[in-house]
Amino acid sequence: MSGPTVGEVVVEKTYSLTRDTLVRYAGASGDFNPIHYRDDFARSVGLDGVLAHGMLTMGIAVQPVVEWLGTTGSILDYQVRFTRPVPVDPTEGAEVTVAAKVGAVEDGGARIDLTVTVDADGTGATTVLGKAQVRVALTDA
Amino acid sequence: MNPAIQGRQFPKTEPYLVGREKVREFASAVLSTSPLNFDPAAARAAGFADVVAPPTFAVVIQERSLAQLLAAPDADIDFSRVVHGDQRFSYTRPIVAGDELTGQLTVSSVKSLGGHSMVTADTVITDSSGAHVVTAISTLVVRGDE
Repeated sequence: MSGPTVGEVVVEKTYSLTRDTLVRYAGASGDFNPIHYRDDFARSVGLDGVLAHGMLTMGIAVQPVVEWLGTTGSILDYQVRFTRPVPVDPTEGAEVTVAAKVGAVEDGGARIDLTVTVDADGTGATTVLGKAQVRVALTDA
Repeated sequence: MNPAIQGRQFPKTEPYLVGREKVREFASAVLSTSPLNFDPAAARAAGFADVVAPPTFAVVIQERSLAQLLAAPDADIDFSRVVHGDQRFSYTRPIVAGDELTGQLTVSSVKSLGGHSMVTADTVITDSSGAHVVTAISTLVVRGDE
């Protein structure tokens, strides 16, 4: 891997989420809050419908960086702010797009800034994570 | 929420043994395609003892420590009003199948902001030798009465 340059988009990827994705994440993570799989419960707490787990969105959002790194580096730090929910329609699901850009070049590594957007209803992309940053060590940087 | 819980340290969680199939299940659930998460031979070739967990797998251990905080009667946190605000993981090394991990939570900050409360909890996750693996930091927002 050649040294990263600030502003370079290192990877961009779109993921399709369905209700199935949410149920699998509930089981794998142990987070069985019913707002992530029951519309009636979600509505009873004032939501329009089922939302993705914030930690699922965070978990997916770092995957393009993991794949880009492969065995050439490691993740030192990963943080996000949950700014907007990700509604997952029972039939349409949701499309989550992750763009990973080099935010800063650091000694022996880089800070990768993630832009994570959802186009839930065809009205345009909404950013769902704020300050989503991954600090990586690069073995040959 | 009770502001006096700032600074409180909870007991270490019971050891959690990270299983290979659990790592694979979690990796599938976060839509990973990394061979390091699924293939022990690929993980060993990269210098790991077994399959490597995805970065956010640490939440499974952290969750056990957050459950202690939410269950503390004098913390006075209404779980039905809790929204996850921020999340951070700071790693010494990745979690690998075979690790036996415990988490110890400290309430690092309690703040009030416009009728809402914000609590930040740092969970230090260590392996069976006591070495640091990852610190998981959550900020939870507890919505006020509306």
